[in-house]
Formats: sequence, C-alpha cells, structure tokens
Amino acid sequence: MRNLKANLLELVRRTSAELPDDVVNVIARSARQEQEGSNAQYAMNIIVNNIDLAKLKSQPLCQDTGSILFFVKAPRAFDQLAFEKAAREAVAEATAKGYLRQNSVDSITGKNTGNNLGPGSPSIHSHQQRGSRVDVRLILKGGGCENVGAQYSLPDVRVNANRDVDGVRRVILDAVIQTQGKGCGPGILGVCIGGDRATSYLHSKEQLLRTMDDVNPDPTLAALEKDIVVSANKLGIGPMGFGGATTLLGCKIGALNRLPASYFVSISYMCWAYRRQGFVLNDGGKIVEWLY
Amino acid sequence: MIQLVEPYTEDKIRALKMGDMVHLSGMVYTGRDAVHKFLHEGGKPPVDLTNQIIYHCGPVVIKEKGKWVVKAAGPTTSAREEPYQGHIIEKFSIRAVIGKGGMGPKTLEACKKVGCIYLHAIGGAAQVLAECVTGVLGVYLEEFGSPEAIWAFRVRDFPAVVTMDSHGNSLHAAVLEQSREQLKQLV
Repeated sequence: MRNLKANLLELVRRTSAELPDDVVNVIARSARQEQEGSNAQYAMNIIVNNIDLAKLKSQPLCQDTGSILFFVKAPRAFDQLAFEKAAREAVAEATAKGYLRQNSVDSITGKNTGNNLGPGSPSIHSHQQRGSRVDVRLILKGGGCENVGAQYSLPDVRVNANRDVDGVRRVILDAVIQTQGKGCGPGILGVCIGGDRATSYLHSKEQLLRTMDDVNPDPTLAALEKDIVVSANKLGIGPMGFGGATTLLGCKIGALNRLPASYFVSISYMCWAYRRQGFVLNDGGKIVEWLY
Repeated sequence: MIQLVEPYTEDKIRALKMGDMVHLSGMVYTGRDAVHKFLHEGGKPPVDLTNQIIYHCGPVVIKEKGKWVVKAAGPTTSAREEPYQGHIIEKFSIRAVIGKGGMGPKTLEACKKVGCIYLHAIGGAAQVLAECVTGVLGVYLEEFGSPEAIWAFRVRDFPAVVTMDSHGNSLHAAVLEQSREQLKQLV
C-alpha cells in the first residue's frame, strides 16, 4: 500500500497534538461549569489553553505520549505484516521528530529503547471486515491513567457488590474514588462487564473508540453510563482532584459473555487528554476520511 | 495569583497555604522514579539540590541545532515517590515538590518539619508548562533514559496550586474524605 508509512506518521502526529472535536466540546462545556475563581476553574482554563497550544504548535498535548494502541479493520487481502512494518517505522520516526516521547523500556534491564519499539510496542489489534476499505484507529494512553485502571471480580465484599447491575455500579464508583487526583481528571471511563481477565480489559479499551456523544444501543447499559457520570460528578472530586463539579466527562460500557464462575468488571480510565484519532483508506491507500 | 520567586527561602514557603494558586519563577530540577530510588539509596546528586525544587516530570526534550528544546513538560503522578520523598526532602532541605495527584502522610510530615510544600501542576498540560521553561541549563544522570534524567530547567510563571502546605494541611486528604462521605449517599 503506497504512502502507508507517511499516512501513519500523520496519524500519530495528529493524535498526539490534537484532541478530537467531540472531546474538546465536552471539556469546554465542563470548564464553564466550575465555580469562578476556584482551583477547579483554574485547572480547566489551563487545560483548555493547553489543547489550543498543542494544536497550534503541533506538539504533544501531554508529555506522556503513552501506550501506542492501533485498532485496524481491513479486508481479507490486506497485508497485515506490511502494515505492522509501516507502523513500526512511523512510530520510530514520530519519536525522532518529538511527536512521541521515548517511552518503551525493557522490563528486565530497565533500558529505554529510545524509539518506542520493542516487544509489545506498538500494540496492534487487527480484524477482518467485508468490503475494500481499511479503518485504522489509534489511541495514545498515558501511564498515569493506565496505572489507575482496575479489574474487579464480583462479588466484592469490600464494596458490597453482588453479581448484578447495582454491583457493577458500586465497583465503578469505587474505582472513581480510588482514582481521584491520580489519573488526570476529569476523565472518561471505558468499562467491560464480563469476559475473561484479558478480553475484559481489551474490550474496556475498545469502548474508548466510541465518541463522547454516542448512545449505547443496549438500554440497560445506556442508563448505567448516564447514571455513572451523574453520580460521579456528585462526589465533588473535580478536575485534578482539586474539588469541583466535573469528575467524569463520560462513561462507555460494553459487555461480553462470561463463564458461570467468573464476573469481571474491567475499568480503563482515560485522562482528559483523550488522544484518539483514525482514518479510512481506500483500496488505493489514500485517506478518504478522518474518523473523529 | 501569588508569585513565588527564587531564592526559595523557608519563610516564603511557610507563608503559602493550602489552596493558594501560585506562579513559580526560578530553577526546578526534574526527578522521577529512577532518580528518587537512586537518591534514597544514598546516590550522590550530580547537582546541589539544597533549598531547591524537585519536579516530578519526564519531559520530551530533543536537540535541535545543538541546543536542547523542550517539546513537552507536564507533571507525572507523584504517588509513586511516596516511599522516598520524605527522606529526600529532609536530606536536602527541598523547598517544594511539583507533581500531580498529591502525596501521602510521610511526605506531608516532612513538609511540615523542613518547610516544604507540594505544588500541584496541571496534569497533561504539557504545552502550557513547556512554554514556561525559559532555559535548559543541563542534564544529569542521562543513563536513566531521557524521561528519567535530571533536567535543570529555568521556569517563569509556572502555574500550580499548593495542595499540601508546610502546616500539615492536605487538599487531597480533605477531598478524599468528602468524596467518601458523598459516596455513602449514592450507593
């Protein structure tokens, strides 16, 4: 596929420097809700300025350019190995240009590879789809918010959570309490109910591919998503944990079937610097649409 | 807005209270996980940290035409340094620690004893904060990797909130307690 590396480099640059409009709109709205002169309003104003400045300067919104997560949907004939090679080259070049921080560390020796390449980086999730188009999505997820992700196994007596929707609600709100201040709030939750430990976490991250304003097609989950945001914002944790009106900007929940013996609730916390972007390539390899 | 300008004297630090919004101008030294572990285990700092400010930050710095250019420089989560921070504050009379997410009781105790504060920067605001860096005066312990090295930055009007003061007050502890109370009403 022609120009694939150049297109992926542009995807990385855009994702690192520019937040998608749906996220910017929600942040701007919540900035207006904080009390005049409060620490929370001070934080939100700096956040809004930072979003503008990063775009203007074409530089990383946040210095922790995070885990590099590609999600690809492509036709059967698509060469996944060629994609992976192009993605690795684009990531190395983006690092040299300063779009990405040197962010890949050998877990045993502690040595930073210096180019963001190494086992598990970048991480690429590919699926087939019918038709000729190729959808490539990218999320950059920083370590601060990744560290506060949580996986609960229900029942959980600590928070009195049973294996039902109320139990799910209890553990999600507990996660919001535990996370306070640490994950760069106001944040967005991606949640998966069910699955095994690995698929559950992955599906919780896939929820973060949804737009802020979409509505869950499952009415039970749609109601829960709404309730979580309203309830979390009553906790008073606020931006950066300074106290204030906005603790969560959004919550997206998916469900997978589970084993009778298991009931996991996996929560991926995304910071306000919600870096997600994507494009559609036609069969000639040309970008025909930006997805966010 | 309160101006906090170098030299960082104990009097200036003790005058600041929880919730104060400040603009900081002067030197700051970045240091995160590797540096804290190193200093805690008795490593000799390659720069004099006495009465200085430590910034929990792993910046993006690249060399352009032989000069260091700061591309992004926001705070990292401070909680990971809690096992080491109190000891380091006392050993070097650190006057302020900049980071995000706040720190625990050991650090709060050291702040009270030494005359040190915790300044909460705005997490993720790497560009606004990089704009405040007016000079890169050096880099030390680069063998830890670029984000983990000690970068000597001169900053001007660096915005932060005092969330832990030198009188035993912690906004983090207060918000945690209040949010736990609120949660009881909701479940």
